[in-house]
Amino acid sequence: MNVTAPIAHTQGETDLIARFDAVRDTLAGSVSVGGLRSAALEQIKLKGLPHRRVEEYKYSDLRAFLKFAAPLAAAADRSATEAALGAADTFGDLDRYKLVIANGSFVAELSDVAALEAEGVSVSDFAAALGGDMGAALLANPKTAPKDGVLALNTAFVQGGIVLTVKDGAEVSKPVEVIQVAASEGAQVTRCRVLVGEGANLRLLETFVGETGSGEVNAVFDYQIGDKATLAATRLIVGASAAPRLFTTIATLGDEALFKSLGFVAGPEFVRNQQFVSFAGENSDAKIYGVSMARGKGLADQTLIVDHSVPHCNSREYFKTVLDDQARGVYQGRINVALHAQKTDGEMMTQALLLSEEAEMANKPELEIFADDVICAHGATSGQIDEDLLFYLRARGIPEAEARTLLVLAFLSEAIEEYDEEYVTEGLVSRVRDWLAKKS
Amino acid sequence: MLEIKNLHARIAEDETEILRGIDLTIKAGEVHAIMGPNGSGKSTLSYILAGKDDYEVTEGEILFNGENMLDMEPDERAAAGMFLAFQYPIEIPGVATMEFLKTAMNAQRKARGEDALSIPEFMKRVKEQASYLNVSMDMLKRPLNVGFSGGEKKRAEILQMSLLEPKLCVLDETDSGLDIDALRIVSEGVNKLRSPERAMVVITHYQRLLDHIVPDVVHVLSKGRIVKTGDKDLALELEKNGYADYVNAA
Repeated sequence: MNVTAPIAHTQGETDLIARFDAVRDTLAGSVSVGGLRSAALEQIKLKGLPHRRVEEYKYSDLRAFLKFAAPLAAAADRSATEAALGAADTFGDLDRYKLVIANGSFVAELSDVAALEAEGVSVSDFAAALGGDMGAALLANPKTAPKDGVLALNTAFVQGGIVLTVKDGAEVSKPVEVIQVAASEGAQVTRCRVLVGEGANLRLLETFVGETGSGEVNAVFDYQIGDKATLAATRLIVGASAAPRLFTTIATLGDEALFKSLGFVAGPEFVRNQQFVSFAGENSDAKIYGVSMARGKGLADQTLIVDHSVPHCNSREYFKTVLDDQARGVYQGRINVALHAQKTDGEMMTQALLLSEEAEMANKPELEIFADDVICAHGATSGQIDEDLLFYLRARGIPEAEARTLLVLAFLSEAIEEYDEEYVTEGLVSRVRDWLAKKS
Repeated sequence: MLEIKNLHARIAEDETEILRGIDLTIKAGEVHAIMGPNGSGKSTLSYILAGKDDYEVTEGEILFNGENMLDMEPDERAAAGMFLAFQYPIEIPGVATMEFLKTAMNAQRKARGEDALSIPEFMKRVKEQASYLNVSMDMLKRPLNVGFSGGEKKRAEILQMSLLEPKLCVLDETDSGLDIDALRIVSEGVNKLRSPERAMVVITHYQRLLDHIVPDVVHVLSKGRIVKTGDKDLALELEKNGYADYVNAA
């Protein structure tokens, strides 16, 4: 007999278990998907939500934060969805395709499916795919995070999402925005599978708009980037929200592939943006950026593991965090280099600017290297605004508040500029300006 | 334009007294040179004029066009016409030089109740002054002072001074780190700004700069006090005999 003593569940955990019992028969997927869902829920039942004694969540205690869990959002009302989309301002008037997920489900009628089809991109409903033979495979966890709690929550409750396949060689002419909409309150749990074919090129924008009340948002993006393919994914996690915003990237790169991502965080009270990147082919590059802002009692957590299991790949991570009031920032970055992954070149940098005495940054860069012919480096800084810089600007007539804004903007802009996806640069910089302007 | 009366100041952090009773009056149109050995308080004086809060004024006052300068914030002093050309101009990564120039010019205009410059007018002024000072447009595209050579930084300071059109220019060892050609370009830039409405304070170790920017008055600062005042010949005498006589006198 193998009996594990059950833990005492928090109200949040009790709510999640009840939520599962209420919806398990209505959730999409084949029998084997149902099995995965039950197993994932069982993991939550046994171990609870991830908490501070779990190494990966040491600084981001989801268990303590999630006081109670709202039900899953009900099917979206069309007019409410359209109203929320109409009010959304994600990337201004940037010319782009849109794919809409409302209350956790793909809405083909509001999405540019036909236009994308003409560009060599096929789009289908993730919920439908879960019912197929490959259903269970779509929920596979990355090998660097087989038991991640946020992923378990996603597997248990995933409502729907998108399967997006870019044909070999297709150069999609415009960025594609996957816009998730809350048409009404409630938790939204989604997963998107993105396959970028050999030599293809895709620029993704990942956004979320609307109010979920006390419902968490748990979104997973699983990218398979083919040989010689390029994917740039810009993720916006913005807007005031008291419920957790949990985002996960799983990226697998083929030969000579390029993966770029930027996670932009400003506003929600609890953000976990975690990324699991692995190289399956040689001579590939991953360039991962993060720009986080938090104030009040907000938490902005950027966590990633880059797994070099094959030789001749490069990874760059550059993360910037600005914290005010009693906000907390977290950066956990790990680069794994396997025994055979010779000629790996990995470099990560995390820098934080603390605008108040009580703000707190946890920087945890880690290197785990088993190969002997590699170049790996990491750096971490936390500091205040440099008084000499401030004085220089003021001595030129720039008032103190404006000078501070200029310096914070400059600090964060460095990562945005280096990300070098120029179609989002202006929009992101103006979001930083807006965030700074909100400080009263 | 500038009246410094019995100015005493110390480093705020450790209370080390640096200035020990400075009296100095500078009229519009005049160029005053302040010379003196290392540690005499020259740079401290320039920082106090600009409003750096690392220093604490313990006694005395500074009047700038009749107003109590010590009551003004650094940006208010700048808008009122004070300009310090830094000995070590600061590198500011992420702030584009052009953006900085525009922000500074318009912030000062706003403080004086003037309209913001239009983009074409701003560009015209920058291009005109930049060409006099041999500052390339490529330099202006870079972040402020980042990757600039020593000479480029000093030229960028004088460019800022030309664009901001201050009433009082304080040049803190602008000649340090300059080769002969750069010294000439910078000096010409400064001389172009000499006018009956403008006063200048030129702080330097060496007489060399004063061959290019000829002062009306030369002061010797030693141990926090002005120990000798004369005309431009005083600088030549110092060059010949050194500061020893005055250091001992103080």
